[in-house]
Amino acid sequence: MLSGMKVKVLCRNPDDYVRETTRDIQRVPRNYDPTIHPFEVSREYTRALNATKLERIFAKPFVASLDGHRDGINCLAKHAKTLSVVLSGACDGEVKIWNLSKRECMRTIQAHEGFVRGICSRFCGSSFFTVGDDKTVKQWNMEPPGRGLQEEPLNTILGKAVYTGIDHHQTEGTFATCGQTVDIWDEQRSSPIRSFSWGVDSFSCVRYNPVETELLASCASDRSIILYDMRESAPLKKIIMQLRSNTLCWNPMEAYNFTCSNEDYNLYTYDMRRLDVPVTVHMDHVSAVLDVDYSPTGKEFVSASFDKTIRIFPKNSGHSREVYHTKRMQHVICVKWSADNKYILSGSDEMNIRLWKANASEKLGLLTPREKAALNYNQKLRDKFQHHPQVRRIARHRHLPRDLFKQKRELREMKEARRRK
Amino acid sequence: MAAPGGEAQTTAHVGKRRKRPRRYWEQTSKKYNSGGKSSDGAKQKAKKRRGDRRKKRKGGLSGEVESEDPKLCEQTQETGKKDNSGEKSSDGPKQKAKRRRVDRRKKRKGNLTVKVVSEDTSKKDNDGEKSVDGTKDTADENATKRSDAKFISGKVDPFPGEAPIPEERLRKFQRGNKFVVPEEIRSKLKDTLAKSQEAADLAQTQAARYDLLLTEDAGFLEGDEGEDTCTISQDDIAEAVDITSGSKYFNLRLTQFGPYRLDYSRTGRHLLLAGRRGHVTCIEWQTKNLMCEMNVMETVKDIKWLHSEAMFAVAQKKWLYIYDSNGTELHCIKKFNDVLRMQFLPYHFLLATASATGFLQYLDVSVGKEVAAINTKLGRLDVMAQNPYNAVIHLGHPNGTVSLWSPNQKEPLVKMLCHRGGVRSLTVDRTGTYMVTSGLDRKLKVYDIRAFKPLNSYFLPAGASCLSLSQRGLLSASTGDIVQVYRDVWGSGPMTKPYMAHRVRGTVWGVGYCPFEDVLGVGHAEGFTSMIVPGAGEPNFDALDMNPYRSTKQRQEWEVKALLEKVQPELISLDPGLLGKVDKATFEQKHKERVETLGYDPLAVEKFKPRMRKRGRSAAGAVEKRKKKVAHEDQRDVIRKSVKERMEKEKEKKRKDSAKEQLGEKTALDRFKK
Repeated sequence: MLSGMKVKVLCRNPDDYVRETTRDIQRVPRNYDPTIHPFEVSREYTRALNATKLERIFAKPFVASLDGHRDGINCLAKHAKTLSVVLSGACDGEVKIWNLSKRECMRTIQAHEGFVRGICSRFCGSSFFTVGDDKTVKQWNMEPPGRGLQEEPLNTILGKAVYTGIDHHQTEGTFATCGQTVDIWDEQRSSPIRSFSWGVDSFSCVRYNPVETELLASCASDRSIILYDMRESAPLKKIIMQLRSNTLCWNPMEAYNFTCSNEDYNLYTYDMRRLDVPVTVHMDHVSAVLDVDYSPTGKEFVSASFDKTIRIFPKNSGHSREVYHTKRMQHVICVKWSADNKYILSGSDEMNIRLWKANASEKLGLLTPREKAALNYNQKLRDKFQHHPQVRRIARHRHLPRDLFKQKRELREMKEARRRK
Repeated sequence: MAAPGGEAQTTAHVGKRRKRPRRYWEQTSKKYNSGGKSSDGAKQKAKKRRGDRRKKRKGGLSGEVESEDPKLCEQTQETGKKDNSGEKSSDGPKQKAKRRRVDRRKKRKGNLTVKVVSEDTSKKDNDGEKSVDGTKDTADENATKRSDAKFISGKVDPFPGEAPIPEERLRKFQRGNKFVVPEEIRSKLKDTLAKSQEAADLAQTQAARYDLLLTEDAGFLEGDEGEDTCTISQDDIAEAVDITSGSKYFNLRLTQFGPYRLDYSRTGRHLLLAGRRGHVTCIEWQTKNLMCEMNVMETVKDIKWLHSEAMFAVAQKKWLYIYDSNGTELHCIKKFNDVLRMQFLPYHFLLATASATGFLQYLDVSVGKEVAAINTKLGRLDVMAQNPYNAVIHLGHPNGTVSLWSPNQKEPLVKMLCHRGGVRSLTVDRTGTYMVTSGLDRKLKVYDIRAFKPLNSYFLPAGASCLSLSQRGLLSASTGDIVQVYRDVWGSGPMTKPYMAHRVRGTVWGVGYCPFEDVLGVGHAEGFTSMIVPGAGEPNFDALDMNPYRSTKQRQEWEVKALLEKVQPELISLDPGLLGKVDKATFEQKHKERVETLGYDPLAVEKFKPRMRKRGRSAAGAVEKRKKKVAHEDQRDVIRKSVKERMEKEKEKKRKDSAKEQLGEKTALDRFKK
């Protein structure tokens, strides 16, 4: 009877499933059959929920504070070539050069009497320019002077009126200042090669277009934004807004777009080719917006406001994705997005420059491959389930100081009321 | 795999492929054997010369192995061996194809595997050498020449592209239907959709390909010709299989405290036995290692492992108790009284209990809270099963109905009448497709619980008391002291004979299959029997889900991961994939929202208000009459309109037909008519 019977019974050799020595890694045989992995959607959802919560837990954006200035910081500039170098100008005419990786001040220059109004680095990174309340434009060497020598500017240009802003050309030795007029200067000359004005008494900001390098935009005190071509003698275009714009910034990737920070608590993104209507209005601040800077990818920008917060906006979204604030940070005057797209710098009234992460929950430093894989997986999960109400609620939640929260509610009520009428 | 008479396995490249870097042995062979015959041009000669010069500079002999990379050395030596054994033979196309397949597989796998395969093939070649005589002396030359010739010749790969995957296997890993992107969708969304579809396809094919790498095959039992498998006794099977498997058939004589109920842990390593008269044991059944044994000095109704083998729940006379694997009492849960049956939902960490008072209760064992207590109002609940696919609890009732429950609803999700008498036992398969029930009407019925339709109904002379389904769909049913195992219960053909049968010493009280093993545990009045059922268990486990061979560390890690992705009880519903589907708002929902935002109903039709008339024409009856005149006016309009349209269409059709008739047959000359 036994002869014809065929039988096979499951019998596993434990050697195939257990590691040989404790120095080995564990053996993990897989079987992707869906029937032995039930509830895959709900488990994935749970994972996504956990990932979102973890992201909020790890959201600690504040990295460091650079202190040393003896007055409020009025302007910031990035070094054109080096990631770790940042220049700052204060209200007492002092300019400091910072090393971000060491988080220390490398050099201090008493550059002006009164405010340092504007600061910018030359495209080659060898020198930088400052303008101040003392009606001068000064060019400084990026290298410190030799031991025992005094800090002396390379050049000093004495102007007729106060300058309020400066920006350097991307590739050539020309720069633009603004004050009573927008002036274009040659580095070699002591008088402007061109002066633009369009019936305005003063300008607050001038910026070169990063792609069409001969193009300029400026914010004027008569609530207008004016575009210029450096090669022509007259300005190009003008828009007049409801309230004054403080600064503007060109999108470095889509250089026909620029965003301006306005006194009416909003930021406006305009398409240079169609100035009659803004592309997007970015709302969320509860006080005047003082400065704006784009990320080098052109996907997001950061704005600094009088309401003591910094907000990060996606370039085409009407509301911010992130808000940074601390108890000690006062009105934020200037803000910059670092060239490696990882950090944000903010200079504020209470004499501190703060370094923030651009992505609040990012882990700094070297990641192991497993860590990296886990982060990527979590990111994908968050993307996949982002529209589920629970996930969205957690991802969007931000703690705000009570004043800010109340102001925000008040503003919303006002807006509602206006709409109802 | 070895093909007798196969051709020498050289590293010859079949089909189009990037040119391989020249190896030292080719050069040397040319140098020594071929002389001026070689077909390579001046360029290669120059290269050779350069190589020679380099060798000289290094001070090595020109014929020696120069490679510094030890791995390369190994490989080259092997190939050399192969070349020696190689010869030309007239092998059939079949073998050639096989060789090519091996080649291609080599290409796909990494370096390491290449080595292994080439060793294999070299062995194979040696076999081939015996059968076919060849000219050994020119083997080297031949090999190099052939490789070049094949490379140059325009032969094409007969199996281009990737190896095909059987449709059936692909379907196994299909999730949902393929999404067809509508034409009118914007370009950016279209891209996103296309990308996600691509990713899904890739995941599917990769998973399907991985099936090849599964190591174990399922068990089976086949009788002699004309012999029924059900007549084969357990002793015979135990004798026929290897010792380890044979030892899985054993009896435990426990006559004092029976009858016994049992539960295997989810890894299949541990077994719980509970005698009705209070005997509780916990065994590592394969090593026969006793973890704990005690008598709780109370009636024990049911016993269940919790998420791991560290804890188990015992339903005792009055209350529910939780013990750890050493037998220490951890909790006595007085909220859960008179429990008769229990089920543990492993992904939700829920212990569902059914009580004699008609209550179905859920205990979250991760936080120790009662999640839901449902009064079923259906009397004593002593028949219970869980659907492993969607975590819905099935209860069988004395009136022949089966009700389906989730913790989120006080009413049953579904109530179905299954039997004419009371339901004695029920079980659900792991894909959540089939439910098998047995009742006092001595019938065994199979239901499709996605469609809630009966599939098969069998009449068992004595009826079945305990049912259990294995991972691979074998059904065990016990009648009195006989346990029968059936195969293909939901197959199309009628099931006539059991696959296996076994008589135990006492009346069967509980049966359960051991996960990942071909073992069925039977608890009965006289103890416990573990019987071998070939083909019951899933052969390939997924170690990230459940690993029978896990270490303590792995278990701890798994426990943390499992707790982190504990599914909330709110997500239990009939369709577990509901969360991944688009929640399309119904028209009513949309309309309601619109009304809320607008403040009025834009679609509302003004109600007809009859005008006030004098002289008795506004009496109640007259008003009603007037109302009736305009009632359903809008509907009438729609009907009128559609009728009109239809008439016009018919007219048009008639006109066309008549025109055709007038024209008569079409000819080629019609085109010249005006």
